[in-house]
Amino acid sequence: MNSDFVTRVKGDPQFNELVLRRSRFAWILSAVMLAIYFGFIFIIAFAPKVLAIPIGAGVTTVGIPVGLMVIVSAFVLTGIYVRRANSEFDAITRQIIERAK
Amino acid sequence: MSRLRTAMTAAVGLIVAGHTAVQAAGAIEGGGRQALNIPAIIMFFVFVGATLGITYWAARRTRSAADFYAAGGGITGFQNGLAIAGDYMSAASFLGISGLVFASGFDGLIYSVGWLVGWPVILFLIAERLRNLGKYTFADVVSFRLEQMPVRTLSAVGTLSVVAFYLIAQMVGAGKLIELLFGLPYLYAVVIVGALMIVYVAFGGMVATTWVQIIKACLLLGGATFMALMVMARFGFSPEAMFQAGVEIHPKKSSIMAPGNLVSDPISAVSLGLALMFGTAGLPHILMRFFTVADAKAARKSVFYATGFIGYFYILTFIIGFGAITLLMNDPSYYKVAASGAYNKITDLLGGTNMAAVHLADAVGGSLFLGFISAVAFATILAVVAGLTLAGASAVSHDLYASLSAKGKVSEDREVRISKIAAIAIGIVAVILGYVFENQNVAFMVGLAFAVAASCNFPVLLMSVFWKGTTTRGVVVGGFLGLIAAVAMVVLSPAVWVKTFGFTAALFPYDNPALFSMAIAFGGIWLFSKLDASLRASKEQAAFEPQFIRSETGIGAAGALAH
Repeated sequence: MNSDFVTRVKGDPQFNELVLRRSRFAWILSAVMLAIYFGFIFIIAFAPKVLAIPIGAGVTTVGIPVGLMVIVSAFVLTGIYVRRANSEFDAITRQIIERAK
Repeated sequence: MSRLRTAMTAAVGLIVAGHTAVQAAGAIEGGGRQALNIPAIIMFFVFVGATLGITYWAARRTRSAADFYAAGGGITGFQNGLAIAGDYMSAASFLGISGLVFASGFDGLIYSVGWLVGWPVILFLIAERLRNLGKYTFADVVSFRLEQMPVRTLSAVGTLSVVAFYLIAQMVGAGKLIELLFGLPYLYAVVIVGALMIVYVAFGGMVATTWVQIIKACLLLGGATFMALMVMARFGFSPEAMFQAGVEIHPKKSSIMAPGNLVSDPISAVSLGLALMFGTAGLPHILMRFFTVADAKAARKSVFYATGFIGYFYILTFIIGFGAITLLMNDPSYYKVAASGAYNKITDLLGGTNMAAVHLADAVGGSLFLGFISAVAFATILAVVAGLTLAGASAVSHDLYASLSAKGKVSEDREVRISKIAAIAIGIVAVILGYVFENQNVAFMVGLAFAVAASCNFPVLLMSVFWKGTTTRGVVVGGFLGLIAAVAMVVLSPAVWVKTFGFTAALFPYDNPALFSMAIAFGGIWLFSKLDASLRASKEQAAFEPQFIRSETGIGAAGALAH
């Protein structure tokens, strides 16, 4: 990669916007995942009784859907990221590269 | 299959020893063997025959270094997702987590969740940057703008430590499990595993390793799905009905539906969580998988599919655990029954609680399906050790040999040949270690592997990519500090110092050091980079910009990988 190229990409306002938007998106999603997971762990450590409350008249407790939700949320969050990165971010990246050529 | 069950009585067990999720993946213990299990052996031979055929096919199309290390970049996102899942779902996590659900219900779910949540973080922060900057190993990324020799040495030491700890746990587990399921003597089992992994890796490289993992993932997901469906069918596909039956039958009654006492002290909980989340992001055999796809887009997709498969698998293990409670606990034929006819519904299960899934296979599908699940368990071990061996061999040939001894002036052919020799050497060492550690408690080894991955590999990777100020000195000093801290703290922890070495008091109070060792690594990298006022350091900091642009856009990324 030659230095002219680097200068051109660096000077492209769209590049800075892409970096800003994508990194903000990635860190927000990471923070959401951390919050969900450590929220779950802290409930288990400090208030396990909350998860032991039965749903309705059955034996199934609140903890079961909550645990499943954590698993599903990991999958959904990756899906949200991939969807936006593979369309919007990749399209912008292609434009930047085209312009810098 | 009563013969199998009887034979299992001899206190043979796969025990999820200790009380940390990390340990659950490697803890397979116990001794004794049982009669030859013919259907299982036949199915195992079918698997081995198929994978050897694939290895032959892969060997014929593996010519360049890119083919050997990265399957020529020709794996699709979906295939790579399956292969990652195959790399990650070990036999011990299948048997260990379902056994944990069998023994204590809800607590098993806590473990599964911990194993899964690292994947989104890998995707958001690591995957595409890794793909854009690297070629074959994560050391390519860390050394992108830093000095090759010291940084690659550190990365290779980090890689080989993780591979060694993980391999010991897998080899010992494999020997015990095969002894138990197939009736083969421990040493034979270990030698067979070692020989097969050498053949896959040395002849077939990444192409064969990938396909072994894909086949294994399909078999494991298929087998587990069948078991879960058979269980759910008995309860009219109503989870409530299944849980109700479980609560009635299980000796712990309704407490199996709520968290027990697995997570109590918040520091341990956070430390464990960090090790699981960020350890996954520092496993060299997992990171290598991102170089097998064509571009960043496919790298992202592969994490999406992998997260889906792994999450789905953990939900299945939860159903399997409950299925085992409801279908096994009232059937004395699965238990070691006292003369009085009494048995403990948890601890007296033949072979220990970690055999719950195996017994359940017999209960829902008869002896043929039991043989199938046994063969799948063996296949699972083979796939995991093959991935580890390839990662270790690449560290030796690509990072140590090609970049250090030969200063980058080595032909591709020679580098690949060194890698094959390294794979053979690692296989032999793994067999020897498996033999030496036969009667040791190796439960802590997987925990150690994750701790080192989270405290050495992950911090140096993250800091070199994200922080402009990172210098060679910072990475090398910080990385080694993290590595030493992780190993020292695990050795001095209650799980090893007291339970394994037999000392009375632990010198370090927590079983999971990640919270502290990661802080040491990140702090070390930061401090020693800041203190580095050398000319080299300022050049490295200036080189951040081109690296950053390439990591964000993929411009100039290893396009040579595509055919």
